[in-house]
Amino acid sequence: MAFSPICKTGLGTKHRNEIMNEKLSNTRKVEVPTMAQMVAKGEQPEVLFWVGCAGAFDDRYKAVTQAFVKILTHIGIKYAVLGHEESCTGDPAKRAGNEFLFQMQAMTNIEVLNGYNIKKIVTACPHCFNTLKNEYPELGGNYEVIHHSTFLQQLINDGRIKFSGKGDFKGKKITYHDSCYLGRGNNIYEAPRQVLEFLDAELVEMKRCKSRGLCCGAGGAQMFKEAEPGNKEVNIERIEEALETNSNVIASACPFCMTMLSDGVKAKEKEDVVKVKDLAELIAEDQGL
Amino acid sequence: MIFIPFSTVVITLTFTRLNVNMAVKQVSFIVIILIASGIFTFTISRLVGFFKLTKPAYRITDISRRIKILLSVAFGQTKILRRPVVGIMHALVYWGFMVITVGTVEMIIDGVLDTERVLSDTGFFYTLITASGDILAVMIIGSCLVFLFRRHFIKVKRFNGIEMTKGSTIDATIALLMILLLMVSLIGTNVGYLAQNPNGYAGMFPMSTLLVAFVAPKDLDSLYLFTEVNWWAHVMLVFIFANALPYSKHFHVFMSMPNVFLTRLEPLTKLSNMTSVTNEVKAMMNPETAFAPQTEGIPGPSRFGVKDAEDVTWKNYLDSLTCTECGRCTSVCPANITGKKLSPRKIFVDLRKRMSEKGPGLIKEGIGFSDSKSLLGDYISAEELWACTTCNACAMECPVNIDHPSLIIDMRRYLVLEESAAPADLNNMFANIENNGAPWPFPQSARLDWAQSIEMKS
Ligand code: SF4
Ligand code: SF4
Repeated sequence: MAFSPICKTGLGTKHRNEIMNEKLSNTRKVEVPTMAQMVAKGEQPEVLFWVGCAGAFDDRYKAVTQAFVKILTHIGIKYAVLGHEESCTGDPAKRAGNEFLFQMQAMTNIEVLNGYNIKKIVTACPHCFNTLKNEYPELGGNYEVIHHSTFLQQLINDGRIKFSGKGDFKGKKITYHDSCYLGRGNNIYEAPRQVLEFLDAELVEMKRCKSRGLCCGAGGAQMFKEAEPGNKEVNIERIEEALETNSNVIASACPFCMTMLSDGVKAKEKEDVVKVKDLAELIAEDQGL
Repeated sequence: MIFIPFSTVVITLTFTRLNVNMAVKQVSFIVIILIASGIFTFTISRLVGFFKLTKPAYRITDISRRIKILLSVAFGQTKILRRPVVGIMHALVYWGFMVITVGTVEMIIDGVLDTERVLSDTGFFYTLITASGDILAVMIIGSCLVFLFRRHFIKVKRFNGIEMTKGSTIDATIALLMILLLMVSLIGTNVGYLAQNPNGYAGMFPMSTLLVAFVAPKDLDSLYLFTEVNWWAHVMLVFIFANALPYSKHFHVFMSMPNVFLTRLEPLTKLSNMTSVTNEVKAMMNPETAFAPQTEGIPGPSRFGVKDAEDVTWKNYLDSLTCTECGRCTSVCPANITGKKLSPRKIFVDLRKRMSEKGPGLIKEGIGFSDSKSLLGDYISAEELWACTTCNACAMECPVNIDHPSLIIDMRRYLVLEESAAPADLNNMFANIENNGAPWPFPQSARLDWAQSIEMKS
């Protein structure tokens, strides 16, 4: 990514190498430690980063996962991921009525997590968050589970993330779309907003926000099926409301919302006017990572 | 309806004209009370029978937190006030009912013991109760008139929908008219009392005082009749209202407080873990029991999930009795807003109807009873259930803390676990999770591909 502008410069090889070396000295490869590696070294992470299926496989959300690990690396937080040992939490199966499959997934994951003696988990997916935090304990999985919006807010409050202004959000309008599983589900309305306020942008609210926020349309396993017949798609209803705020950025904190909102923006052909971004991406941008 | 005030007039006239001694009035009153309580007991025992058919939900613990919720959601009307204008009007009716109920209790004691205003010795308390009751009664009249007007002359979208039959509108109208008459007769009783005691009376009646000059008859006989008619109309209406409520959406007058108190205390998006499934999954995952024959003696559940009225939990059924049919849930439901068939209100309206339909047969003939109909299928369609995004906007908005998504998911559980009747897309998703641990068809080995080439400026 960092090299792309060079290709377009049309400079000679010598020149190009010089610029490349300079770039290289400024960038570094991010190593993502897995639990297996850590344990092999006899170490235990401060926090386990639960990536989630969307975070691992969805092309758009992979960028969010990457932004988040960049932040973790930048601050020097000792974290690890499960990597190939992570498996779907079972949330979509449970919401679709397949309790068997959900509990099979849950028990498998709990076995892995307990095997590594995990105490604290951070995740960028509100659905994983809700399931791990609320539904796993009865099945034997007890962890302190934090959503990345709260995690980022805490880092900001503790002064571990300092405002750089590099992302230059000053004068820009950002509207935040509440994820149902964070907001109504788990009462997390303020953390994401505080993260956005930190960016020194103008935070504008949609008409339906916070506990009244309108769903993006993807929860409850809707993400994986066609919608029932109706007269409109839910994400279109939502995006119309978001566009009314004339924001430059629609901020989200959930992979499903991200997909639905991005599709909505596309359907309205507003990709040039407004970007859908995750909180982690915005912070990483500000930090110049 | 017209019959009630009319018969009251007849009763009162009979008493006065025939100059019947007070004992007869007292005895009639006691007889009426016994009849009213008899009917009420019958209604409640019928409902108790229905509750016995339901399944367990959760244990009631954390009483102090429940009291707090009761204080804010019921007494504080916090959720109904999420819509401030109608909210405050409803709150006035609610608070008014709270205060006026004390007066009603007094009236009943008076009727039984043949006393007059038996609580009038309670000093400041009596002043407080009568004064606030008198003012609130007038405010309730105002609110009811606005509610009637809204219902009949303003097309409020949430008062419509397929579950809102003609019957629901009539139900609402009758209840509002009854409340209206209750309040009018209460004010009438107060006015009569004031006019009969021009030289001093117990309590305080700021509104009725203003009305005495205009409303109270001048000659003593008519004044006596006026007071008696209003008094009798009021107590009779109380009995009729109390007995009509359980068959109406206005049952929430009784049910909302218990329902709020018994709220599920978990985070809204937390779904229950089915213990019947847990047992089976544990047995499957344990190498020692995985291939052993099914354990005898521990009966499995008769059915996974909810198909019909007898499969729901007591809380689901309590919810259905409490539902006020206000439609706040449906008006914020993303599926409903975008034209899908799902209406969260309908789920509970249907459950209540279905229990009334099937419950008596189940009680009589036992759990094997079938009328070859079911809640899921004949009342609620799979299409409605699959449209839910589990966003919990409905549960958040419901002024009486009804939990819609849990019941919707329980019905999905029946469709999937008993009938394997999930939409094809969802079956694919299940297969993906089973085969590669993700809802999409990506191999487990690709889980860390995102981490391969992350560059960051240091
Ligand atoms: S949870 Fe389901 S029923 Fe309730 S508002 Fe959301 S989509 Fe509608
Ligand atoms: S479920 Fe609640 S919000 Fe919906 S109609 Fe009934 S009382 Fe109103």
